[in-house]
Parts: sequence; C-alpha cells; structure tokens
Amino acid sequence: MEPLSWGQIALQLVIRFIPVWVALIVTFTLSIAYKRKLGLYGKLFDNTIGMVGFVLVMFWVYTALAVGVFDMIMTHDPLSTALGMKNEPPGTPLRSPDEGEFAYYLLGGDTLARDVFSRMVAGAWVVIRIAPLATLFAFMVGITLGLPAGYFGGKLDSALSFLANLILAFPVILLFYLLVTPEMVQTGIPSYMAVVLFLFPIIFLAVLINSRYRTQPPKRNVMLALLILVLGWVYLSLISDPETRVAFLPPWLDLFNIPGGILVVFVSVVFVNAPTVFRIVRGLTLDIKTRDYVAAAQTRGEGAWYIMLWEILPNTRGPLIVDFCLRIGYTTILLGTLGFFGLGLPPESPDWGTTINQGRKLLSIYPHPAIVPAVALLSMVLGLNLLADGLREESLKD
Amino acid sequence: MLLFLLRRIGVMILTALCLSFIVFFLTNLPPNLEKIAKYEGNARMSDEEVAGWLENNGFNQPTLVRYGEWLGVVPGWTNDRGDRITGRCITGDLTAQTAPARCGILQGHWGESRVFRDDVSNIVAVRLWMTGKLMLWVMLLMVPAALIIGVLAGMREGSKTDRTLSTVSIATTATPEYVSGVILIAVFASSAVGLKWFKGTATSAMDNATFENFFLPVLTISLYGMGYIARMTRASMAEVMTAQYIRTARLKGVSFRNIVLKHALRNALIAPFTVIMLQFPWLLNGVVVVETLFNYKGLGWALVQAAGNNDIDLLLGISVVSVLVVLVTQLISDIGYVYLNPRIRIS
Repeated sequence: MEPLSWGQIALQLVIRFIPVWVALIVTFTLSIAYKRKLGLYGKLFDNTIGMVGFVLVMFWVYTALAVGVFDMIMTHDPLSTALGMKNEPPGTPLRSPDEGEFAYYLLGGDTLARDVFSRMVAGAWVVIRIAPLATLFAFMVGITLGLPAGYFGGKLDSALSFLANLILAFPVILLFYLLVTPEMVQTGIPSYMAVVLFLFPIIFLAVLINSRYRTQPPKRNVMLALLILVLGWVYLSLISDPETRVAFLPPWLDLFNIPGGILVVFVSVVFVNAPTVFRIVRGLTLDIKTRDYVAAAQTRGEGAWYIMLWEILPNTRGPLIVDFCLRIGYTTILLGTLGFFGLGLPPESPDWGTTINQGRKLLSIYPHPAIVPAVALLSMVLGLNLLADGLREESLKD
Repeated sequence: MLLFLLRRIGVMILTALCLSFIVFFLTNLPPNLEKIAKYEGNARMSDEEVAGWLENNGFNQPTLVRYGEWLGVVPGWTNDRGDRITGRCITGDLTAQTAPARCGILQGHWGESRVFRDDVSNIVAVRLWMTGKLMLWVMLLMVPAALIIGVLAGMREGSKTDRTLSTVSIATTATPEYVSGVILIAVFASSAVGLKWFKGTATSAMDNATFENFFLPVLTISLYGMGYIARMTRASMAEVMTAQYIRTARLKGVSFRNIVLKHALRNALIAPFTVIMLQFPWLLNGVVVVETLFNYKGLGWALVQAAGNNDIDLLLGISVVSVLVVLVTQLISDIGYVYLNPRIRIS
C-alpha cells in the first residue's frame, strides 16, 4: 500500500474525530440557542476569544471521554507495537494489518513502533482525568484555609501565610524530585500527605452544610450523616492502598485503588497548587470582609463560618472561576513537567509529558513523536487560557 | 523602612532555615541512606552491614543533630575506631587534633558530591556561573521584548494591535518550555525537516557561546516568562492611560508619542518591576527543563543529576542556592516596590 499524502492524513484525522465534532456542534447549538438563560456561561458565547478557548478545551474533553469511556477515535492500542513501524513518518501503512485493523499509522510510529496518534488521544484521557480533579482539590484546600486566614487575621493568618510562602519559595521541580521518587513512596510520606490533603474536601463540605442548616438540626443531622458516610467511605478507600504504608481497610471494604504512581503525582500537584489558591482566596476575603453585607450578617448574629462560606465565598466566584481555568492549564503543564522528567507515572504511560520525554531523544532526526503530544498539550493549555481570558472579560462587564 | 527591612530579612532567614531542613529531612530518610550505603560500600550488603556502615559514618544520629552538623552549629561527629579516629571534619590531611570542631555550610564546608567526586562548593560555583550566563541573556531578551509588547498593547486598549499582541502573550504563557523547546528544535534545528539555522544542543555554548548554539535555549526560556510580564505591563499601561493627568496632557495638545514616552511610561513600569523579580522562581524551573533539553550543564542540569542519583550534599547545596536566589529576589522586589511607589514610601 502507498503511504498517505498530507491531505489524506488530514482527511483521515477529521474522520477519526467525527464523534468529537458531533458533540461540539450539539454543545454549541444548544448553548447559543439558550445563551440568555445561562448566566456567565451563556455570556461566553458573545466573546470570540472565549469561544475559541471553549472549543479547544471541549475538543480535548470530548476526545478524552470518547477514548476513555466509549473506546472510539483510537486507531490502535497505545501500548502495543507493530512490526517495522519504528520511527516511521506520518501516514505509513502497516506491513501486515490484521483483519479489521486500521491500516495506517496516521501520525507515524515512535521509537518503540507504537502509534503516535493513538498515544496522543489516549494521553488526553490521562490528563483530563487528573488535571481538573487535582485543581479542584487544590481549590478545596486553598479555600478551607484561605477564608479563615483572611477573615480572622492575626496569628492564624501569619502562620498560614508563612507556610504558604514556604512552599511557594521551593523550586517546583526540586519538590517533585524529592516527593515523587520510589524511595519516598516507600517511606509513605506521599500517602500521609494524601491522608491530610484529601480530608479537606470533606471538612469543607461538612462545614458548608453545618453552617447553613445549623438552625434546623434534624435536617442537618441527616445531611451530615449521609455526607460523612458516603464521602468518608470514598475517602478511606482512596487513601487505603495495599501497596503503600497506609493500608488498613480489608479488601472487601476497599472500593477502588489508584493505580501505581498516580496518587503520588496527584498529591504533589495538589500540594504545589494549594498555596497559590490560598493566597488568592485570602486576598479576596480581606477585600470582601469590609463590605456592608458582611457587616449586616455580623449584626444579624450569623456565625463566622456562615459568613465566610455563604456571604463571602459566593462573592469571590468571578475571580475564582477565572483562576480555576488558568490553574487547570498550569496543572496540565505541571503534569507534563513530571512526565518530562520521567517522574511518577509509569514510563509506558501515554500521557503527553512522558511521550515528549521519550520523543526528545531523537528529536532532530525524527521530530514527529515529540511534536504531536507537544502540540496537543499546547492547544489544550492555550484553550484554557483563552477561556479564562474570555470569562474574565465577560465577568467584568456587569 | 529599616525596621521593615530587618523584619523581612528575619523572615527570610527563618524561611531559608525551614526549607533547608525540609530538604535535609527528605533526602535523609532511611531508604535514601540505605541506598547511599550500598552505593559507597557494595550493592549486596546485608541489613546489618548497612546499619554498621551508617553508624561508622555518623548517619545514625537524630536528624536534627545531623542538620545542625551540616549547618555548622553542632560539632561534627567523631568515631574512635581504636587505631584511628574518623569524623565528619576529619578529611584529607587533617587529623583528629588539627580538624576543626564544626564544619558545616556556615564554615564554608558544603560537603562532597558522591556522583561527581568533587567539592560541592566547586560544582555549585561552576554550574551557577553557567546558569548565570544563561539567565543574563534571558533577561536581556525577555525584559525589553515583554515591556515593548506590553506598552504597545496597553497604550491603545481594545485596538487591533492590542488584541493581536494580547493573544500572542496568552499563547506564550500557555507554552511551557518543554513544548516550545521541542517545537523550536524541530523547526530550526532538526536535520531531517527543519531549517537548520541553529543547533539543537547547547553543550558547546558552555565554553564558547555563539548566536547559533545559544539562541534557542535563551529564546525557549524567554518565551514562557515574556507573555506574563507583557500582560502585566499591558494592564498597568492601560490603567495609566485612563488617568486624569494623561487626559490633561492630551487636552493641552501634547502629541501621543510624547504622552506615552514622557508621561505614561514611567508610572506604568512600577508594577512590571515587581513581576519581573517574582518571575525568578519560575525562571528557575524553566532553567532546569531547558538545560536538560539542550544538554547545557548548568545548575538545573546538576539538580537533575543530583536528585536522580540521590547525591545528598550536592542536592542540599543546590537547594540552598536556589532558595536563596528566590528569597533575595522577593526581598528586592518588596524593597523596590516600596521605593518606587511614593504612596507607600512616604507613609
């Protein structure tokens, strides 16, 4: 068979991504049709830059879902190799394709003769699973600590700010190298950090509910009990892993185990991001606590946590949403950095950083194995940045 | 002002102590020490032999005491083996009588690198010089370019120039070094498809930096930081351009060129100054990535080697240097901000 020309490659790529195009078109038609009823999200569609960013982000989200959940788009298994496809240029046909197998390596083969295209889309699934969730956890930690630091001030503020600055003064890569090594995993320090860091979402939600329904004890008790039972179980199965030091749940109670290395990567990314979120939330709280509605709530006799979580926090949402988008991008960059130095994730993992790291060794002779994931990562982070910029512009308008 | 300075320096020293202790603690955990024992002794040592080796070499003391020794505030360990006395400070020609009691970084003893078999202070000095050279060129390229982009974008907010330049700066902040480096090498240095204008490695730039072998690494680091500084400059320029005195100048009939250069620029550059200073921690990350990617053997490259091989003394030395760089630039940024901003300086 003849190798594909560049036009044919582009055409094949468009065809492979059909599920994503359909999903994007549906999302956009629905959103534009109802944009006046959708608040800030709807306003995004008045902003060209924001819309471009949204397209890029949703492209990768849908790609990840299609690959991870429905097993579409991918042409080959991201881990399996094919005979004679080592470092072959894009569009090379397979030597002896099996019955029903896609006959080409659309974007070429890498140094181990795996399909670059399939690895790239499979990498999207890895990134989309870790980055937003890690950012969310960092926000929970940052908010739970930043609100009281800004609201109460004093010694608490000084102590927490000192800790945050301590972590921020660390060069990130040094921290990664110290935390994400097999020896460190052996000592169990990342697992203990996970025990502490993953507790914050539960604390956050429990306090959130408690402060709201404090005056209706029956309702509150039911909600709190449910929350702590469900989240507590998830929390315990999350941190308990038979391969680490923290393993106490019997297997029949353990809902799931996080595969090797991902928990450590997750924890270190949350750990690096949380202090910045803390500083942002603290700054916003300092600003907002002087407002009249806070004084009114204080006069009404509301509790401190009610004021923080139900008066101050909702009013910080604009800057926080914008920062959330930016921070997912930054987390993606951090994940890539970890992969680039071969830390944490297993070496055959298809995530973009690891793939770039493997491709860079032969970069000047065979650029395609490194360029493809690099462009993928670039487009996703760019999308998040543009989206954040659009959101910022729209939220400042009113 | 003096009190402010003293307090800042006090906090800085406390931070440096805490950070170096954290690094010390993390690098001296039992599995790491076991690895060192097997590296120095032999790989098939039994657990008892490892424990014996650690005891003979002063590794069995409490971490806090050993941190004190490393810092140079606690006397170094000595070990009487009957025929001779070994100890932390007894190295080279020194004997138990002539050796100083304390030897830590306060006395200038940074320890010895186990990988490079050389004094850490020598390695750090050489590598720091290499990285300094890289950073100097990065600053020379990044700061003027970022300021020009920011000022051009901010002087007419909302114009076409503004939109284009803002998008460009967003794009550069969204491109981490390992992505832009890979793309730049593929485009400008690849022997297969590229333009072959530059070299894809900067190893030769260590002795003899030329435009050909040094431009790509410098550009790679600059691009990532540039967008951020440019956006800050743009925001601060746009704010200044709406100020009353600019309107007055405009109504007086001053030309737009003069308004920008003589009235707006000076006030618009206060905020970017702090931002540039606070960029240093980020630049350090970039340096590690770029030095690895371009095989330029500076401090970042040494950090990767030290961390990958569990070279405790070297890792500690590099951490101390990089943490100090970060803290000192933060201090300069604080002082500079107070000094440049009359509203804070006078109150």
